Amino acid sequence: MKARALIAATVLLGGLAACGSDSTSDGPLTLRMTTWSANEAHVKLFTEIAAEYKTTHPDVTVQFDALPFENYTTTLTTQIAGGNAPDLAWILEGSAPDFVSSGALAPLDGKVEKESDLVPAATKLWQADGKLAAYPFSTSPFGVFVNTDLVKDLPAGDEWTWENAMAAAAGAAKASGKQGLVVRDFDYKAWDNLASIFHGWGAEAWSADGRTCGFNQQPMVDAMTFIHKAIFTDKAMPGPGVAADFFAGESAMTITQISRASLLKEAKFKWTLVPLPAGPKGEYAVIGQGGLGVLKKGRNADAAADFLAFFTNEANSAKLAQFFPPPRRSQLTAATLAKSNPLLKPEQLQEVVIDGISTGVVKPSHRDSAEIGQAVRSALDPLWKADAQVKPVLDGVCAAIQPLLAR
Amino acid sequence: MSTLTAVRSSAEETRPRPAYWTTRRRDRLTGYLFIAPQLLGTVVFVLVPLVLVGWYSLHEWNVLADTFDFVGTDNYQRLLDDPKLPSVLRATLLFSAGLVLLNLALALLLAVLLNQKLRGTTVFRVLFFSPVVVSLVAWTIVWHFMLQSNGGINGLLDTIGVQGPNWLRSGGTAMAAVVVVQVFKNVGLNMVLFLAALQGVPRDLYEAARVDGASRWTAFRRITLPLISPTILLTSIITVVGSLQVFAQIAVLTQGGPGTSTTVLVYYLYQQAFQFHTFGYGATLSVLLFLIVLLLTVVQWHLRKRWVFHEQ
Repeated sequence: MKARALIAATVLLGGLAACGSDSTSDGPLTLRMTTWSANEAHVKLFTEIAAEYKTTHPDVTVQFDALPFENYTTTLTTQIAGGNAPDLAWILEGSAPDFVSSGALAPLDGKVEKESDLVPAATKLWQADGKLAAYPFSTSPFGVFVNTDLVKDLPAGDEWTWENAMAAAAGAAKASGKQGLVVRDFDYKAWDNLASIFHGWGAEAWSADGRTCGFNQQPMVDAMTFIHKAIFTDKAMPGPGVAADFFAGESAMTITQISRASLLKEAKFKWTLVPLPAGPKGEYAVIGQGGLGVLKKGRNADAAADFLAFFTNEANSAKLAQFFPPPRRSQLTAATLAKSNPLLKPEQLQEVVIDGISTGVVKPSHRDSAEIGQAVRSALDPLWKADAQVKPVLDGVCAAIQPLLAR
Repeated sequence: MSTLTAVRSSAEETRPRPAYWTTRRRDRLTGYLFIAPQLLGTVVFVLVPLVLVGWYSLHEWNVLADTFDFVGTDNYQRLLDDPKLPSVLRATLLFSAGLVLLNLALALLLAVLLNQKLRGTTVFRVLFFSPVVVSLVAWTIVWHFMLQSNGGINGLLDTIGVQGPNWLRSGGTAMAAVVVVQVFKNVGLNMVLFLAALQGVPRDLYEAARVDGASRWTAFRRITLPLISPTILLTSIITVVGSLQVFAQIAVLTQGGPGTSTTVLVYYLYQQAFQFHTFGYGATLSVLLFLIVLLLTVVQWHLRKRWVFHEQ
């Protein structure tokens, strides 16, 4: 009995001691990179790139750690706070200002191959004092995927406006009993995804300098009135609490980024990809970005920066382009992208991706984006009811976030 | 048993020198070794974090910028000035009160019903207890599907011609939904405790009461309730403390919404620390939570003298 208790205590203490030991050494090292994609095809490509790197750097093993997208930034910062920072991390555009301005990332100037090839619109968000802090590995415009089995005559050309798009979505929903247009990942919480609609009205969440709230200004009021009507009057979009996945054939259209096209490989319905419809302010594009950075608090920052340079060099950037539109000007041609995007037609790539990147606005981002985003979300909640008054709700949003923006 | 035999035989062999390992010392060591894992766990996972939280609450800790600056009582001042705190405390109170009342009332009702000598009560006991052993998150996720506006519950209501509300998205029903999901999860535990207490009430008291002409309700009020009052105290402490720790249900079902109507204290401190990266202020909120739990427990403990039959 006693012997057993002693063994148990020793094992427990030993285990705790082992947890505390540090693995810093000059020998073989493992780099950990956090991502938000557990997509099999993505992981396969990353692993191939890492394996190729190992041929020239036999000591370095790269491990890809896919964290759930919904809590990605929270999980990442918790790991950093817990002293378990990854060596490299994907960063969402929304939290880019926090990561870039805080100095959490090791500067990348001079590390990235042919930095001059990067499109300025793509790197803008990722620079601190004019120096690149993270590599925007994905600059992905939002487009509209349409289930053409459900939407028979899709408005085209000049007819492709928001009014017509919502009418088509409402019609398809009514005829099929399924849902109309789903703004993917929005779910009445991640409101920044609505930027793909409200930019069509020229609306902004806040001013370019980030200090003035834009929610109660006329363009946003008009855009939100339109969205509210589409949800509650026209039933063109699923209401709050209604789950519908376009890629499982449950809705007629969805707004999302082209990296999701890979989900359509085994689709049982016919589909197409078109740019965002024109709004009252004309044609426009919205981009979502993902950056790749080296965390200063990681254990092997130098080795990590070296791997980042390899991961993002021209050859690998071309490979990554099949899922993540690259920031490299030389690779942003329909011909190059078509090679790696067998699911999309060259004209779709030109219209949605290449034109989108050159003219697109990046989704809203700000310092303290999590807190501001949460405040907007709470204040917008009253809007998601059939009898909501749009302007007072939006005034409420500004009242909630103006003090945070001015901070 | 085997220890005793071993001790006796070893004592016989080494009679000349008084052994260091006397029975008393051995027993003491055995005792300490038995509590060592628990003690170690308590120190590492309870006491050390408790002290650290107090320490963090005096600092401004920015994880991204890697700064950890002493700010004295700034975070406590911020706590007093926080405009969101009143609504957070209100939501916490609403949740706790709703949960405790509903949980204890339902648990007692079920226990009384299942204490009758009827066929099939064992089946019902198992049914009501089984959610207790189900994973909390799995339980909540299933309820999340059920409570969607096109989910199972509204589908059921639809069949009888009632249009159900959007449970998790409107202010009034969201809190009620979270409370009910939590009540069904844990009511079985309190039910079993009450059942055990009910079965401990001597039958002859009821017989005496019946002879004296007491109605069933009077017997329940005058005999049952006083005699199970220690269990009522125990279950209410467990339930109150548990209700203040609610997190997974909120995170899965409502994320504190709509608006901030279900943002209870634990969820708010999680937001502050892990989503807004203000770990110092998050730690200050944990200190507040600790004080509230401590206060409630002390109050309940002192009230026991007036409530609890055996303590008089």
